[in-house]
Formats: sequence, structure tokens, C-alpha cells
Amino acid sequence: MNPVVAAEPQHNADQHNTKQQNPVPTAASAAGGPSEAGGQAAPVLCLCGAAVRVGGRTLWSGVDLEVQAGEFVAVLGPNGVGKSTLVKVLLGIMPAAEGEIRVLGRRPGEAGSRVGYLPQRRSFDPDLRIRGVDVVRMGLDGDRWGVPLPWSRNRREQQRRVDEVIELVGASGYAHRPIGQCSGGEQQRLLIAQALVRRPEVLLLDEPLDSLDLPNQSAVAALIGRICHQENVAVVMVAHDVNPILHHLDRVVYIAEGGAVCGPPSEVINSETLTRLYRTPVEVLSTQDGRLVVVGQPEAPAVHADRHDDGHGHGHGHGDRRGQSDRRGHGDRRAG
Amino acid sequence: MESPVFSWNPLYDFQLMWSYPFMVNAFRAGAIVAVVAGAVGWFMVLRRQTFAGHTLSVVAFPGAALATLAGFSLSLGYFGFCVAAALVLALMRRGREPGGSEESAATGVVQAFLLACGYLFMALYKGLLEGPQALLFGSFLGITTGQVATLAVAGLAVLLALAVLGRPLLFASVDPQVAAARGVPVRGLSVAFLVLLGVATAEAAQITGALLVFALMVLPAATAQVLTARPGLSLLLTVVLGFGVTWAGLVAAFYWPYPLGFFVTSFAFGLFLLAHGARFAACALERRRDASGTAALAGGAA
Repeated sequence: MNPVVAAEPQHNADQHNTKQQNPVPTAASAAGGPSEAGGQAAPVLCLCGAAVRVGGRTLWSGVDLEVQAGEFVAVLGPNGVGKSTLVKVLLGIMPAAEGEIRVLGRRPGEAGSRVGYLPQRRSFDPDLRIRGVDVVRMGLDGDRWGVPLPWSRNRREQQRRVDEVIELVGASGYAHRPIGQCSGGEQQRLLIAQALVRRPEVLLLDEPLDSLDLPNQSAVAALIGRICHQENVAVVMVAHDVNPILHHLDRVVYIAEGGAVCGPPSEVINSETLTRLYRTPVEVLSTQDGRLVVVGQPEAPAVHADRHDDGHGHGHGHGDRRGQSDRRGHGDRRAG
Repeated sequence: MESPVFSWNPLYDFQLMWSYPFMVNAFRAGAIVAVVAGAVGWFMVLRRQTFAGHTLSVVAFPGAALATLAGFSLSLGYFGFCVAAALVLALMRRGREPGGSEESAATGVVQAFLLACGYLFMALYKGLLEGPQALLFGSFLGITTGQVATLAVAGLAVLLALAVLGRPLLFASVDPQVAAARGVPVRGLSVAFLVLLGVATAEAAQITGALLVFALMVLPAATAQVLTARPGLSLLLTVVLGFGVTWAGLVAAFYWPYPLGFFVTSFAFGLFLLAHGARFAACALERRRDASGTAALAGGAA
């Protein structure tokens, strides 16, 4: 049905764990500094002892994170804990209260077009009469002053880049329709294309799967995973539910009130680590098809937060409906 | 002047109209205003700022009335009041999210008060023959060459500014968050656009009157946006449509004894309806072709 799903990469977390530098998840306070990455290339993103205060309240502190090129990192945690704030700090829109933050070796906000950004869900007015291709195009040269010259060679090149990136996200079929008339999933793909059009080295995504239906969630997740690993773009993605992205992920940052834990998903999203993070008993259940359900954490459950039924009932319910894509993912994993 | 008769010979008609200097000035002023109001109006419709535009146009009335009463230049009254009001609007919106087009009730309050002031100024000044009517609903009589020159200079300034700001303004209008993250000064552009809107409104009000400004600011832009979703084409179409309805309105008002504002607005409205009809027909046709296409496909499969 969808070319994106068909092209789902055969990536899995296990493979990546082996080349991970810090295999042991560390409670944020005890995590090592940037020197840990030793012989590797300079990290794309680097937070060291970072903290953020909003209105005198510390949202989180002691966050240590290094992201290499081509790594897929998810930022998880309950609502209101400051996940989006982390993205804003990386963008340089908000200052960090403490710690050292480097984006592509520079201070946040200075890396310009090398950072792509997809803000939290914005939907376009249904009768906004601007085509998807124009919105993508704005990502390329929308911030330039003056009138583009219609006859320049540059322009044809730019047009080619726009077409190429639209092709990459599989949006060619509807890119020429007014964007307000596209579905949520279609709009999200076009917005990802917009964020990608300048070939950024880092992609910061704020809840890109929010308010998409389940088939679209897994398709867009697969698309992001493919862009990350094939185009070698480092992706930091704020997510609300880890399951659609679980088998594309290399690492997660789990933020809870005050602290944070970083590490490979299997080592962070488990009962032991989360219990230590929340300082209250938390249980992580794993369903048959490998999906994770967090039970008993304070506040709204972060993994799988927005659905109404209780944690137990619900892992099964989704497992059944989403079975297809997941099962294929697992088949690949076993084969590989 | 005895009332001329429309001959259906455009060459002859235009020759006749061109023999009256006031008509030449009216055509010149109309052309300038149509282009400027169309271009600025296109962004206004895209930004959903028609209420701000309406407020500015209402402010044009007390501006012109005060100029008449106090005896200073009418252009100064229009431009001065509209630009000042644009700055006040920008100040009132300062605390809000960039890109949000909601205006507060305060805007409405100020608007009503200024309209009342305009009426008072008109009542105090008893010498005007037509009363507030010309100021509210437009007139093409008695446009001086000096006025045309002022319109041209102000209009050129607006178009130049729009050419420089256009791309980031479009970005900031459609997608303010990403634009801001890309370093586009979204707030600054919002203020700059309100000032441009003020100037364009002041220009349009001098032809269509304060209350019918939307005939040139909204209708052509809305019509063009119905017809195409390509930004460049849509902007061009807006300007062409605005120009067309203004000149057609002038011709009609020259030959028939009804007000200019009525003609311009009716022509623009007629085109708007036609455009909607055309799009509806196109959609229906496409749906039908799709339906028959799938039917043929199903038939082929069977």
C-alpha cells in the first residue's frame, strides 16, 4: 500500500547496541562526560550536565547525551516534563541554565541550516491555498529576502532538490495539492520533507507521530528510521509512545521529574532503571510481539500515555491491530 | 456635463473618457490602487488578517474627515491615520504568539469610537456637498494630479518593500514556527506588514471609500486563491483581477449614474462567484473521471 512501509529498513536495536560506547545505562547524575566517545568522530550533538529552568522551576538537570551521525534517539517521559524544551534548547530558542551544549560543534542556534526542525503538530487550515510543494520549498529558501530570479540556474537546481526530497518521503502523489486538503499523515510527510530539504545533519522532531492513526504512525516512523540510517542524519525525536519507533531506535533519553537516563532502549525501558529514575516501583511489561508497556509510574503513563484503557488491557489491543508491520519487522530481525 | 452614452466601441469610449482630465486621473489612480491593494490584500487574506484590514479601513474615514475639517491635505489624513492605526494595532498584538491572527475586542472598541469621531468631524464641517458618503463609499471625481503622484510614490514604496519582504513574509504567514526557528524575524515582519497594510488601505480608501476597501483588498485575492494554489500565479492573478474590476468599474460609473464603489464591488463579487462555480465544476468533473476510471479498472480486472 505504501512505498514507505515497503522500504522499511532492517534496522534493529540489538545490532546497534554492539557498537554503542556506553552499554550500561547510567542514572544521569553518574553518567560519564563527553570523553567517553574517545576514538569516534566528533559527536553531532553533545549535552553535558545540561539543566533547564523555566520560571524558577528546574524542569530537568544533569542530562548527559552524545549523539553520533546517523543515530536515532528518542526523548521519552511523562507529559509536562520538558521533552519539547530539550528540543528548544538544542535549537537555541531557549537557554540552558547549566551545563555545556554543543550542536555540530557550535553553540545551539548557530549551526543554521545544518539543523532541521519539525515543531510539535501544526495542522494547516483546510482552506489554506498553498501547495505542499510550496511549503517544502519554503524550507529551502523561504528565509531569503528579495525576489528570486526566475531565470537563474540555481533555481532549477533548487527545484530538483525539492522534487528529490518529496520523492524521498514518498509524497510525490499529493505534493501539488493544496496542503490543507492533505491528510494528517500526508501533511506530516511533507513537513518532514521541508525539514530535510537543506540536507541537515541533525533532525529535531517534536512528537511527529502525535495525532496520526496507527498505520500512519508506523509508516512515518519507518520513514524517519530510514532517513536516519540511510542518509546518515542524526535524529532526536520527542515521543510520547515508544512502540511505533522501538525497532528503529538506537538510544533513548528518558526524562522524569528532575533527572534523566540515557542508553539503549532495552536497558533504559526496564523495571529496574525506571524504578530507580522515578524512585517509586515501576514495572515494564513486554507483550508477545515485543511491545513495551510501562505500568505504575507516577503521573500519566508516558509510554502509551494517551489511550484511555489501563496499561494491561491495552498492550494486547494494539498488538492485534498493528500486528502486521510489527511482525514483519520481527521476521527481519530474526532473519538478520 | 451631459450624460455620455456607452457605444460598445471600446476605442471610441476610451477616447471620449480620455478627453476628460478627471477621468484620466481616475484611471491612473485606479490602476495604482488596484495593484497595491491587490498585492497587499493577497498576503492579508493568506494571513487571515481581514479584521485588521477592516479596522484600518474604518480608521481611514475619521482621518479623511479630520483632514477636511481642519483643512490639511486629504492624503495626509488618510495615510497619517492608517499608518498610526497600524502601529497601534501592532502594539496591541505584541504580547501574542507570532502568526496568531486573533485580534482582541479592544480593536473593535477603538474601531467603533473612531468611526463615531469621523461622523462628528463630518457633522462639524458643514461645507461638504456630498456629506460623508464620498468618504465612506468612494468617488472618482476630482482626483488631482498631485493626488495621483502621492498615490504613485506611496504605492511604489509599498511594492518595493513587499518585493524585499515577500518570501520571508510568506514563510512566516504559512508556517510561523519553522520560520522563527530558521531565523526569520516573525514579529518584526508582522509589524512591517501591518504598516504596509495601513498604507495600502489608505490608498484603496481614496478610490472605493473607507467601507468598500475590501472590494479591492479581499475580493481579488480571495478569487485568485480559489482559482490556483500556486503562490506566484495567485499573486499575479490577484493584481490582474483588481486592475480589471477597477477599470471596468470606472467605465461603468462614467456611463451610468450609479456610484463607483457599487460597480467595483459588484464586478469583483461576480468574479468571486464565478471562480467558486468554476472550481466546483472542476472538482465534480474530476470526481466523475475518477469514478469512471476506477469503474474501467474494475471492468478490466474482471
